[in-house]
Order: sequence, then structure tokens, then C-alpha cells
Amino acid sequence: MKIKESIAISESGFMFDPSTGDSFSLNQTGKEILAFLKSGKSEEEIKEIMIEKYEIDNFTLEHNFYDFMEMLKTFNVLTAE
Amino acid sequence: MEKLKYERPVINKINAGVTDKFGMGHKIPIIQELEGNKISDLTNKYGSPLFVISEKKIRDKYNTAKQAFTTRYPKVQFAWSYKTNYLNAVCKVFHSEGSWAEVVSGFEYDKAIENGVDGKNIIFNGPDKSIADLTKAIKNGSYIHIDHFDELFDIIKLTETVSEKPKVAIRVNMDTGIYPKWDRFGFNYENGEAWNALNRIMLSGKLELVGLHTHIGTYIMAPEAYGVAASKLADLAINVDKKFNHKIKYIDMGGGFASDNTLKGAYLPGKDTCPSFDDYADSITNALINSNLDTQNLPTLILETGRALIDDAGDVIATVLANKRLADGRRSTIIDIGVNMLFTSFWYDHEIYPTKQTGSHSEDTTIFGPLCMNIDVVRSAIKFPLIQKNDNVVIKRVGAYNMTQWMQFITMRPKIILIDTKGESHIIRENETGQTLTAMEKTPTHLT
Repeated sequence: MKIKESIAISESGFMFDPSTGDSFSLNQTGKEILAFLKSGKSEEEIKEIMIEKYEIDNFTLEHNFYDFMEMLKTFNVLTAE
Repeated sequence: MEKLKYERPVINKINAGVTDKFGMGHKIPIIQELEGNKISDLTNKYGSPLFVISEKKIRDKYNTAKQAFTTRYPKVQFAWSYKTNYLNAVCKVFHSEGSWAEVVSGFEYDKAIENGVDGKNIIFNGPDKSIADLTKAIKNGSYIHIDHFDELFDIIKLTETVSEKPKVAIRVNMDTGIYPKWDRFGFNYENGEAWNALNRIMLSGKLELVGLHTHIGTYIMAPEAYGVAASKLADLAINVDKKFNHKIKYIDMGGGFASDNTLKGAYLPGKDTCPSFDDYADSITNALINSNLDTQNLPTLILETGRALIDDAGDVIATVLANKRLADGRRSTIIDIGVNMLFTSFWYDHEIYPTKQTGSHSEDTTIFGPLCMNIDVVRSAIKFPLIQKNDNVVIKRVGAYNMTQWMQFITMRPKIILIDTKGESHIIRENETGQTLTAMEKTPTHLT
């Protein structure tokens, strides 16, 4: 999955989708994941980075990551590969 | 390198709309302890879910209510409403503060006696009193509040076989200017039925008319309605005195005071909008003092308030079983207590708090209970922080009715603990086990 190229994310976690006019707020981990996706990293690479950086186990991260990606789909900010 | 504290990733759509005129933030406070006991310690010791009652809060609330009335009226007596929470430990806290018992069934009556309440300090309300219940109450000198004419005639008939003179009051229903107008209990004021019942009692010569009682409704947000009710009862008392030269000993205003819980559909939180005890006391005592009651023989004012005294003192600790997404992307959180044990979630938007520090982000969340039933919704919509499976939450103000109206279904009812005024915790009701239920079952021999 890739993020729409036009999406803009601020340092504070504010996100704007100019194609729909929708704006979003992200927390720190959400902002990082989106930034990694935008930079072209794969989901597996992102999860590895998160495990390395945060106090979190594989199972919980997997569950949360899946949930977050589902929300990105719901909000229509992803594009097909 | 030390790892950073994790918060699960979240994205929230920002909806432009009308600005919140109160400027309230969405950061939900956390509750890490109850009366000095850490939530994690309590769940480790007693399990989850867990009902927790604070003795200190009961006593503080009772004394606030008592002060509101005793500073405005010379003779005040509280009677603890058993049906609101009849755990023996809870009842005994109220009795130790000086409360009588207000019961509505033979079961509750026996419980009050077992709790050491003198029969003369028991008020017996309700439409269901058997002949055996009435006989017992008459012999013990309890105050029987008559609900209907059939009961009145039963009591008159009982005087043929019981030597003690029954002490009775009538329950009066009336229009106090509020909706709904309760008329299923007692005798109506406006159509003259109440006056007729009083005449029958006085003319029978076999009963001692001691009081007048009303209970105008529940969760009453309009204190002035109590003033109307008190005036009407005072008029009845004055008329009884005029016609029969008989002084009524007490006027019982029942209960129905609102607690600080927020009713579903309410725009503002209950704790900001519900009347205080002072508001109710003002309305009731002004009506009585301004009436034409004989100032040398003012009747005792009895109050049976239940919900407003106990709701705040009860919390329940629950555990998150799972987080999942609903079809429209909303988050749902499933906790281990459902509507069968939290009956009041049908009419309140209960306050629910996380017990761990979370970030500043939250999501629109629906909180479900664990039942395999679609109606099991504890909060249909709440901004809730990003908690994970096995985290605890605390649901506030569950002290009234839940521990009497709860029902066993699918899982067992949990422990209830009381935290005393020194912060020590005590089990006051054990959790059920499978054996608790199967012990009551019988299997026909051909199926064994």
C-alpha cells in the first residue's frame, strides 16, 4: 500500500488531503508510520523499525498496525500499488 | 538505547462544525486508585470486574443530605431505601448513621430485621405485602404505608386476630406539575381517593393513622415539584386534624432525588445540572413551614432518598477484552461487564475512565459489554483514549440499583468490596460460581 503523493503531513501530526479537502490528526506513532509509508518503506520494514524503537511486542504491534492501515483505507488516503 | 513509550497509532478525521461553546478538551482524566487502593492491586486481589463501594463517600453524602434538611426543619428522619442497594454492609453503614429502614417486600423487611433494625424503625412500602408480612409488621410496630384499598381492608380484618393496633400511613399520588405523573402507587389526591382512604382509616377506629407518604417519581430534576407535594400532604394533615382532632406524626416525602449521573440524551453533564440536597430541602421545608400545620406539633419529615445517597459511592472496575473496528470505521471496545450487571447503563451515559496514563489522542468509541447480545452497549458514543487489551477502566457512579437489579447471564456476578474509612478493603459479597447456580437446579431421574 502507498500513501497518496499529494498528502501533506505537518510536524505536529496534522495531515491534509488536497484531493478531498479532508484533514486529519495523527498521534506520534501514526505520524511516523505515515511518513515511512510516504518515503516508500514496506510495511514489514516499518514494523521492524517500530519494534526497535518502542516498548512494544510483535503481537500487539501487528494488531495495532493492521487496525491503523484499515483506518487509512477507510479515510481513503491510500492508493493501489 | 532505551526504548520509547509506545502508544498505538491512530488517525482521526477532523470535522469542521460548530465550536464547542464550553471549550472543553477531550483529554479524559485517569483514575489510578480508589480510596487509596491502586486499581491494579484491587484487580490482582479480587479479580475483574469488581464493584467497589466507598464507606467514606456514603457517610459524607449522608451527612451532606442530613445537614441540608436539619438546618431547615426541626424534626428530620432518613430511612434507607433498601431496594436501591440492600447489601447488608451498605445498609449497616446507613443504620449506623441513624437511618431507619424503608423496605418494599417481605424479603427486604426480614433483611432489615436481620440487620438489627428495630421493627418500630421500619417503613413498609410497596404494593406487595402478604398477610404474613402485614401480621409481622403489625406485631413489630412497623409503619405500614398502605398502597390500595384491598390492603386497607386486609389490615382492618387482621385487627380481629392481632392484638397490636396497626400503625399505618397512606401513600398519596398527585399532580405536582411534572411528567410522568406517577399514579399507580397509593391513593390519588386530586380525585379525593386519598381523603376517602383517610376517612375510612379514622372511622374504622381500629388503625392508628401515623403518617402521610408520597413518592412523586424518580430522578426528579425539579425541586419545586417536592414543594407542591409537601403542600398537598400538609393540607391532608391539617384536614385530618380539623375533622378528627388527630395529629399526623410524620410526613414522608419518599425519594426520587437525582444523583450526579447524566441521563441519556441530556445536553449537559448531570453533575452540572442536578439539583443539590439544599435545593430539595429548600423546596420541601419551605412548603411545610409556610403551611398551616400546627407549629407546636410539626410532623417529623421523613426522607427515603436512595439513589442520591449511594450512586456516587459505587464504582466498578472492568477490563478491556478487545478493541475492534465497526463497519463504519468507528472503534469499539469490549469490556468484561455488560448491561446485565450494569443495568443503569440503559438510562445513564456513565462516566468511564482509563486507569493508565495515555497520550492526548482519543477516538470516537462505542463500549460494549461481553454478552453475545446486540443490546449489550455500555456507552454508545464516547471520546476514549487509546487503551489496549487487558487495560482496566473505571465506571463511576454505579452504587444505586445495579447491585439489586443485576442478573446472572452467561457469566457469573463478580465480587463486591467495601473500602472502609481507613482505606482497608473488605469483600462484602462473594462472586458467584458455577456451583452457586447448579445447586438450585434439579434434573429429573429419567435424564440422569
